Amino acid sequence: MIYQFIKKEFKVEWRNKYAINGIALYLVSTIFICYLSFNVKNNQLAVVTWNALFWIIILFASINAVAKSFIQEKHERQLYYYTIISPQALITARIIYNTLLLIVLALLGVLFYSLILGNPIQDITLFLINIILAAIGFSSTLTLISAIASKAGSNQTLMAVLGFPILLPMLLMVIKISKNAIDGLALSASFDEILTLCAINIIVGAVSFLLFPYLWRS
Amino acid sequence: MRKYWWKIATTVLLLYTFIGGLLFEVPRLNILNETIRALYFHVPMWFGMIILLTISVIYSIKYLRGSNPDHDLKAIEFANIGVVFGVLGILTGMVWAQFTWGDWWSGDPKQNAAAIGLLIYLAYFVLRGSIENEEQRARISAVYNIFAFSALIPLLFILPRLTDSLHPGNGGNPGFNAYDLDSRLRMVFYPAVIAWALLGVWITTIRVRIRKLEIKTQ
Repeated sequence: MIYQFIKKEFKVEWRNKYAINGIALYLVSTIFICYLSFNVKNNQLAVVTWNALFWIIILFASINAVAKSFIQEKHERQLYYYTIISPQALITARIIYNTLLLIVLALLGVLFYSLILGNPIQDITLFLINIILAAIGFSSTLTLISAIASKAGSNQTLMAVLGFPILLPMLLMVIKISKNAIDGLALSASFDEILTLCAINIIVGAVSFLLFPYLWRS
Repeated sequence: MRKYWWKIATTVLLLYTFIGGLLFEVPRLNILNETIRALYFHVPMWFGMIILLTISVIYSIKYLRGSNPDHDLKAIEFANIGVVFGVLGILTGMVWAQFTWGDWWSGDPKQNAAAIGLLIYLAYFVLRGSIENEEQRARISAVYNIFAFSALIPLLFILPRLTDSLHPGNGGNPGFNAYDLDSRLRMVFYPAVIAWALLGVWITTIRVRIRKLEIKTQ
């Protein structure tokens, strides 16, 4: 059931490509705006700035990408889902789907970002692992937040307000691991942070899974 | 009388905290000097905040299980007073930091974590304000309250221990145990924690009663 639902999400996404194209374009334009605003030549951005800027861009793109999972959905379609799928299956499918979407987005972001702002990353493997962990955390938080915001009948501002403080501890860990990956430090240096990030992901994922049925019922 | 005993206990303990906290002997230490008395006023604020927010989450869980509007009322009021304690905690901490660290706000991990924690609960109040329907408001905000609280725990207890911090008890700095060789500090500290927490509960019960009267007279 979960598998079928994810497949269906991908099909819908593929059929109206404007949504995914819109997010991709949003990401690319933001990166380009940063490039022009900082007016940097290749490799002249300080590593700390490069790192922080990259994750802030990814954070905003993620909020926009995940927002459509519940907010931009018609009420009738939600009712239809309600009749054919259990809330647990729905939230699991949505979290997995959004995680995949965010990983694709982040990879696209890294490619384009390092193309025009330079690529100081020394430990690519750790950087990629970090992206995957961040995608899991962001998607499990934002999927539930998007469901809450959609029930509150409100816009994306509410989603950002509700999401930011909860994402912040995750973001701090992610930025730290990412900095270690850029500096090419040994894996043992960022082991504590990776463990904490995994723990936060598990907590947030489990709580989303437990709480979603209560939201769905109303 | 049997109903009031804990209120009398609160008053007596608070009087003891103020008199003992301001007049009793404290260890003489460089830099800290008399500011060590912040232990009786600053630290209990955080204990009080955690206790009140925990009670708030328990009522939110109770609401989701039984849909009793009384539980929602208690959840919001405990959160309200918990946030007041949090703000007082930050302010008293800032005064202390000004005299010991030399700056009102030095971006210490503990200070940042406290600020993020308050942001989470301010978002909770914004969410409550944005929903018209009372039953929906209660349900959705209960979900967010539980979600936010579980995101707050790693923030307050794990993150400050991972990084270097100037705060006593973190980053290799000794807590008050190291200074309190003859338990003089403990003699006031523990009663102070109980007194402030009880005061928070007391204020909350009064606010809950006022809200109930307001609902009745409408």
